[in-house]
Amino acid sequence: MFLAIDLLLLLEKLILIIIVVMATLGIAMYATLGERKVAAFMQDRRGPSRAGPGGILQPLADGIKLFFKEEIIPDFSSKWLFVMGPALAMLTAIMSSAIIPWGDHIVIAGKNVPLVIADVNIGILYVFGVVSLGVYGIMFGAWASNNKFSLIGALRAASQIISYELALGITLIALLMVTGTLSLTEMVKQQQSGNWNIIYQPLGFFIFLVCAFAECNRTPFDLPEAENELTGGYHLEYSSMKLGFYLFAEYINMFISSAVMATLYFGGYDVPFLDESLLSPNIAALVGIVALMIKITAFIFFFMWVRWTVPRFRYDQLMNLGWKILLPLALFNMIVTGAVILFLGK
Amino acid sequence: MQALTNRLKHVDRRPMNLWEKIYIPAIVKGMAITFAHMFKKKPTINYPEVKRRFSPVFRGLQILNRDAEGRENCTACGLCAVACPAEAITMEAAERQPGEEHLYREEKYAARYEINMLRCIFCGLCEEACPKDAIYLSETFAPAEFQRKQFVYKKQDLLIPHPINEPEAYKKALGNRAVKNSNN
Repeated sequence: MFLAIDLLLLLEKLILIIIVVMATLGIAMYATLGERKVAAFMQDRRGPSRAGPGGILQPLADGIKLFFKEEIIPDFSSKWLFVMGPALAMLTAIMSSAIIPWGDHIVIAGKNVPLVIADVNIGILYVFGVVSLGVYGIMFGAWASNNKFSLIGALRAASQIISYELALGITLIALLMVTGTLSLTEMVKQQQSGNWNIIYQPLGFFIFLVCAFAECNRTPFDLPEAENELTGGYHLEYSSMKLGFYLFAEYINMFISSAVMATLYFGGYDVPFLDESLLSPNIAALVGIVALMIKITAFIFFFMWVRWTVPRFRYDQLMNLGWKILLPLALFNMIVTGAVILFLGK
Repeated sequence: MQALTNRLKHVDRRPMNLWEKIYIPAIVKGMAITFAHMFKKKPTINYPEVKRRFSPVFRGLQILNRDAEGRENCTACGLCAVACPAEAITMEAAERQPGEEHLYREEKYAARYEINMLRCIFCGLCEEACPKDAIYLSETFAPAEFQRKQFVYKKQDLLIPHPINEPEAYKKALGNRAVKNSNN
């Protein structure tokens, strides 16, 4: 009996994992099209429009093209790490989707199925652990390439992620003081019954947002792949789908960090001014998923919007911003939050 | 120092004030600009489907003209080749034989007439030099071939379609030249 239930749980989680991974890949795929379309529209162009109506098949065409390209593994590279790099970047990018609650729960044949792969009570720490691992994918690939430009790109990526993770972590402490939990599911439940965390932590959200840009290596902090300085960046020696994996991992990271931001500060799958308990659970879950997807799409659009507006930072400006502005600001935010909580005696 | 032009602009080297140092307002302003651009009209022309309207004096690929009965106008006088600054035009003259009156308008005609489209600079001097209205620049442009030698256009490539045998193709090749001629 015990085994039977376990198997059912296993099956349920397996299906959920497959759906989430597929959805993540699909959304990241179409984020590439979205990026090109947004870029085009902001530059008064039309963007890709040949593959399918309105360019809807462009990501497929890009993918097929990358698969058919010649795959070059340089002679002077260490091959094992060279192959490992993009795989690791992709793996860590997808892994972080495990603890995000995509919806409340659905009822299938009288059984409650929560729409989260793993509701671990240290959820948010897991995200940061996995995201930090992501830099290894970049480091491995660049180191194995045995190319100085790749290495400079990877060094920038590593130092940038380490610098901004500090401010990110401290911002998170302030948020955790407000919510009192590390579990993302718990946080969404709190925001559903109360206010969204953005109301309590506006400065915190802003710092988090800036750091998320840096963590995703997105413009204005895309120094690791500054083409005009590094002739390409950390993936300089890569070709074919291995390059595709690196580029793709960036979009997955963007999707995941959008999801994390929506969950932490914007109520996750919560629809404002709607009492979900009045709806039947399946419809409520569906509405919740749609709401979360809208929030994520808005964030992804924001990422792209910033990319096509703000020019790249210089390296010293990046470090100045990280250590001299964001870190003190995050500390200030943490202290003020703590003081207010203490004062209110919550 | 006296300014040479009235376009002199003084660079503001004052240290940034707090508002500028925050940097966020400038970013917000920039983002408003890019967002506004999303809704602007796109100047793009979807090229093969939609074509830009040319001016009446547009100079595209050359065409060798025929008269209304379909006879070639060219008499191989060579004035176009002389006028051509890029030396793109080559021709060989031949004498019209009895019985060929329906093919060539005058006693002499071009047996071979070639224009190297890679040399041609589309200046239109051949059209101006021609005393017989035999060559003119059409609205066709951007030729595409697989080999360089295919860009040397032979007489068959250059001749306008026959006005009686293929009236529709002739009209198309003529383009708005009919309108142009009626104007002057």
